[in-house]
Amino acid sequence: MNWTGIMAIYMHEMDRMRRTTVQSIFSPVISSSLYFVVFGAAIGSRIPVIEDISYGSFIVPGMIMLALLTQSVSNASSGIFFPKFLGTINEIYAAPLSTTEIVIGFVGAATTKSIILGSLILATGLFFVEIYIMHPFTMILMLVLTSLTFSLLGFLIGMLSSNWEELSIFPTLILSPLVFLGGSLYSINWLPEFWQNVSLVNPVLYLVSGFRWSFYEMADVSITTSLIMIFTFLILNISAIIYIFSKGFKIKD
Amino acid sequence: MSADILIKIDNLKKTFQGGLEALKGVNLEIQRGEILALLGPNGAGKTTLINAICGIVLPTSGTISVDGYDVVKDFRKTRSMIGLVPQELHLEAFEKVFQNVSYTRGLYGKKKDPAYIEKILKDLSLWDKKDSKLRELSGGMKKRALIAKALSHEPKILFLDEPTAGVDINLRRDMWRAVKELKENGVTIILTTHYIEEAEAISDRVSVINNGEIIITDNKNDLMRKMGQKNLTIEFQEPFSQIPSTLESYNLKMNSNNSLTYSYDSHGSSTGITALLQDIKSAGLKLKDLNSSQTSLETIFEKLLEESV
Repeated sequence: MNWTGIMAIYMHEMDRMRRTTVQSIFSPVISSSLYFVVFGAAIGSRIPVIEDISYGSFIVPGMIMLALLTQSVSNASSGIFFPKFLGTINEIYAAPLSTTEIVIGFVGAATTKSIILGSLILATGLFFVEIYIMHPFTMILMLVLTSLTFSLLGFLIGMLSSNWEELSIFPTLILSPLVFLGGSLYSINWLPEFWQNVSLVNPVLYLVSGFRWSFYEMADVSITTSLIMIFTFLILNISAIIYIFSKGFKIKD
Repeated sequence: MSADILIKIDNLKKTFQGGLEALKGVNLEIQRGEILALLGPNGAGKTTLINAICGIVLPTSGTISVDGYDVVKDFRKTRSMIGLVPQELHLEAFEKVFQNVSYTRGLYGKKKDPAYIEKILKDLSLWDKKDSKLRELSGGMKKRALIAKALSHEPKILFLDEPTAGVDINLRRDMWRAVKELKENGVTIILTTHYIEEAEAISDRVSVINNGEIIITDNKNDLMRKMGQKNLTIEFQEPFSQIPSTLESYNLKMNSNNSLTYSYDSHGSSTGITALLQDIKSAGLKLKDLNSSQTSLETIFEKLLEESV
C-alpha cells in the first residue's frame, strides 16, 4: 500500500476544507443552529413533549443526520469532481496509487469532515436544548458509518458526473426529499398508517431512527434493523465503486 | 530485452469510447539516457501515447514495458520511475507553489524532503514564488511549476508534452538548458513539440507520428543526413543575366544576378561539386564566396508527413 500517497490525498483534501471553512463547516452549523432556535426554542415549545423528550431535543439527532448525509455527499462528490473538472486528476492517475488507495484518500477525508461537522452540530445543540446520549458507543458507530457510507456515495456521484448539473441532481432531487421525509423532524408514528408504510421504503428513515435511538432509546424501527440497513448501504456503495473502477466507466478512457 | 532499451512499446492500439482510433499499432523503443523528440501534427496521437505510458489512458491492446516492467501489471514500479509535464496548465488555483509540489511528491509515496523541493524550485527560478498561489503565476511560471511537480519524486524518465508551447524565447532556452542538465544526470527524456527547432536543438533521436502510426524513428543526425539535401550557395564577383549554358545540366537556382544555389544529395556517392566548380571556371566566372547549408529538420518533417499521407 502507498500510505504516503493516501495521506497526501487525505491531507490535501483536509487542507481544502480548511480553506473553505465557512462553506464546509460554518454554513451547516449555522443552518442547524437556526433549526434548533426555530423548531426547538420557538415552535418546539408549543409542541407537546414526546415520551418525556422536548421537541427541541427530539430533532437534534435528526438535524445531525440531515447535515451528515447532505454534507458527506457534497464534500465527497466535490472532492473528486473538482480535480476531474480542473484536469488535475491526471496527476493522481499517473501516480503509483491503486484505485482502492485513491478511494481511501478521498473518502477518508470526506468522512473525517462529516464526523467533525456532526460533532460540532451536537456541541452547538447543547447551547439550545437539553441533550443526553444513552448509548454513546452506538451513537459514535452510527455517526462514523453514516459519514463513511454517504461519503462513498458522494465519491461515486462525483466520479460519474460529467458536469455541474449532474453533480447536483442526486443531492437536490433525491437526497434532500429523502432526508426531510425520513423522520428528521418528526416520528413516522405521527403519520397516517398509509404514509407510515410509504416511509418505511425510505432508507434514510432507518439511519435517523437508529441515531435517535442511541440518544433517547426512541425509534421508529428497531436498532438492529437500522444497523443492518446501514451496513447494507455501506456494502452496496463499496460494491458499486469496485464494479465501476473495474470497468473503468467514466474514469479512464 | 536489450540493456539500453528503457521503454518498449509493442503493437499499442487505442480506440476511444467515441470510436476514435488514436493509436494504430505503435511500436517504439526508447533508449536509456536519451532525449527523444516525438513529432507529429495536432491529433497525431502524441499525447495519447504519452498518457498510455504514464497510466492515464488504458490501452485497447498491445504492451508497454518500462525498465522491463509492464505498465499495467507492475504500475507501481513503472509510474514511480516516470514524471509527466502535461500539455495543459492544469493546476489547483488556490494552492501555494511549495505546498503543491510537495503534494505531488507525496502522491508518489516519497517522504517529505523540503531541501530537495527547495533545490528544484531554485533550479527552475521559482523559489521566490514558493508562497505564491498557483493562480498568481504567469503562464511561463505555471509551466515551470508543472516541471517542478514532475521532478518532485526524482523520476528516471521525464515526459514533456509540449513543454515550451506559449513560452517566450528566453524561457524556452532556459528550459532547453534544464532538459540537457537532466539528461546529464541520467534522466531519459521524451518530449513532444510543435517547434521543430526545439527537437533539432536538444534531441538525440526523433520519432515522427502521424494518424496514430509511427512513421520513422531515427537518430536525428542520421535522419538529417539521409533525408536532408545540402545547398551550396555560390556568389560571383561579376553579375550575369542568366545561368551560362554550360551549367544548365546542374540543379541550380538563380538567387540574384550574382548568386546561385546548387542543391545536392549529401549522402550520394558523388556530390558533383568538383565538376561544377571546374565548369564555373571554364565558363569564365570568378568566385566571390561559397556557403553550404543543410536542409532543416522542419523540411524533413514536412516531407515525411506528406509521404505518410
